[in-house]
Amino acid sequence: MVPELARTFDKRLRLAKWVRHALNHVFPDHWSFMLGEIALYSFVLLVITGSYLAMFFNASTAKVIYHGSYAPLDGVKMSAAYRSALHLSFNVRAGLLVRQMHHWASLIFVAAIVAHLMRIYFTGAYRRPREINWVIGLTLLLLAILNGYCGYSLLDDELSGIGLRIGYAIALSVPLIGPWLTFIFFGGTYPTNATIPHLYGLHIFVVPALLAILIAVHLSIIWRQLHTNYPGPGRTETTVVGSRLWPTYAAKSIGLCLIVFACITALGGLVQINPIWLYGPYAPAAAQPLAQPDWYLGWIEGAMRLYPGANLHLGSWLIPELFFAGVLLPCLVFAALYAYPFVERYFFTNDQDYHNVLRVPYQHPVNTAFGCAAFTFVLVLFFAAGDDIIAIATNGSVVTIRMIMRILVFVAPAAIGLFAYVACAAVRKRRFGPHA
Amino acid sequence: MSAEKPTGKISMFVAACAFVFAIASGVAFLHIFWTGYQTMLMGWTFGLSLALFAVAFILWAHGTSIRKNATGPRELPGSSQEDLEAVREEFYPAGQGAPRRNFLFAMGAAAVAFFGAIFVSLLRSFASPPDDSLFGTIWKQGDRLITSDGTPVSNDALMLGATMVVFPEGQVGSVHAQTVLIRVDPQKLQLPADKAGWAPNGYVAYSRVCTHAGCPVGQYEAKANLLLCPCHQSTFSVLEGGRPTGGPAARALPQLPLYSGQDGFLHASGDFDKPPGPGFWRYPWSRS
Repeated sequence: MVPELARTFDKRLRLAKWVRHALNHVFPDHWSFMLGEIALYSFVLLVITGSYLAMFFNASTAKVIYHGSYAPLDGVKMSAAYRSALHLSFNVRAGLLVRQMHHWASLIFVAAIVAHLMRIYFTGAYRRPREINWVIGLTLLLLAILNGYCGYSLLDDELSGIGLRIGYAIALSVPLIGPWLTFIFFGGTYPTNATIPHLYGLHIFVVPALLAILIAVHLSIIWRQLHTNYPGPGRTETTVVGSRLWPTYAAKSIGLCLIVFACITALGGLVQINPIWLYGPYAPAAAQPLAQPDWYLGWIEGAMRLYPGANLHLGSWLIPELFFAGVLLPCLVFAALYAYPFVERYFFTNDQDYHNVLRVPYQHPVNTAFGCAAFTFVLVLFFAAGDDIIAIATNGSVVTIRMIMRILVFVAPAAIGLFAYVACAAVRKRRFGPHA
Repeated sequence: MSAEKPTGKISMFVAACAFVFAIASGVAFLHIFWTGYQTMLMGWTFGLSLALFAVAFILWAHGTSIRKNATGPRELPGSSQEDLEAVREEFYPAGQGAPRRNFLFAMGAAAVAFFGAIFVSLLRSFASPPDDSLFGTIWKQGDRLITSDGTPVSNDALMLGATMVVFPEGQVGSVHAQTVLIRVDPQKLQLPADKAGWAPNGYVAYSRVCTHAGCPVGQYEAKANLLLCPCHQSTFSVLEGGRPTGGPAARALPQLPLYSGQDGFLHASGDFDKPPGPGFWRYPWSRS
């Protein structure tokens, strides 16, 4: 039966040679090479759960009065979008499960991309010939963050409204083109009924389509270039060591996919996330203390909190304080990431070789130290986004916590970077002798 | 390496067991889904089912020795000189090809530029051009202050140190117009000389939209006479005309000039002294 079917296709498409080549494809087995796969499988689950949610969600800001099964909000005026999200959560079979899975999957998606990025960085996998995938990978990260923001802004609950308000203010802060940019993206002066339909189109079609295309290109390039290997016996620039795609690697990868699905399903079923019915519909005049964005925007939120109140007046023009923390800093961070392999090559290493064997972090102390410092910088900003929560937890004052954070954001990266440099150099010396 | 090597018998046995339990758990999930659809039970059963399937596949891969530890060849990227030359010759045909080819390139580039420009201009349908609504100013001379339940605010509405949210008449609930009214001890006020008459009986009013990121400046600390924005913890001095005293905000809260009317109610004697809300680049065509 199967051989017959295979022959039927082969007669029409002449596949045997290509299939044989594909089945023999060798993939390395190291756990750290699975991080990108976790991101991939999270994306698959995001598409599946997202398609389900799109069937029930109503991206409309038309005002309605709620008379659904969640009694505490009975008779409350709200948008049709928020009502449909409540209906989905309380009245659709498995609706809440799928909604929570979708949210958890988005958090894990971005987390896996970031972990994958760090693995690539610290093992030198961004070097020639893999700069193209470095650039595509960073673009995927940007798109993932953008889509996360669009997604949690859709529901029109109190928290998503605050997020929209701040995103609007950030877009508006861009010099010269800010107002146009804001009007195109958000549809007019805040608050406007156009925002949620705009975000909906971006969230369910435009950005996922771009993600899917870029993921396909990313994977094709990996397929074409073959995966890197860690250094070790038998690992050379002209070989790839691991399991063949069929059947062992396929079984492992299916297993990993199922683990990702299992974890996200368990989280979606057991760990509450974004309980929008507790926040209530968005009321612009309601002040919600302790509001937090999803984790991947924490570093920008933290930068906005730490940035001292200083803006720039240029005649009758203004560059507001928000621009420096909310636009300039993220742009600089991503510009540095995009440029890293090229800057490193042209200005520092002048390394024109192809690298299919990775390096371990201690082999390049400067690279590792810089990466650790940059990561610490972002991590301190991330914690600064919770300065009010930390103040409550430690019974301190926000002013003190903020001052400590303002110092830490510079001191901690320097200290951690220095420590990483010394540690790597010491290990390298012990392994390779003083002249390595 | 032979597939017949009798390794991993235990792995295969456990994998088979996991597979059976995975199906059992999946059936339990279906039962819950069709009957009561309790979210947590569905999470347990479906999550467990997927996890057990994962265990089965991974144990299978762990227990087998088929085509593991393989080494494949890898060609360094970059084509041979002959291949590159061949592509070059075919891409740039000889003879009459050159001018014709350049014409094709020029047409292609022009088409891309033209349709690109059209595409960008289509963005126009997403928004009308930015206009004065960005400044969102709303108060007019003589407007009464209205609470969120629609009643006008009288001269004695607030005790010392108390606060309320007010709007212009007809715009209750408006995002831009939301204004915070506070009554402070007039002796303590340190308003600039040109605003000295803006606070009758110690009533001061400020825009409630944070000049930093636009959140409602919703908390008032009466002891320190500070307005606090809960989003990024900017603080503004109530006594000193809304001056920012801490946190990321750089610009003062716009102040609303007030007067106490003959009718016993509080009125605005004009608009905010500055456009409310987060700052932005101001076009020459806009109000400054």
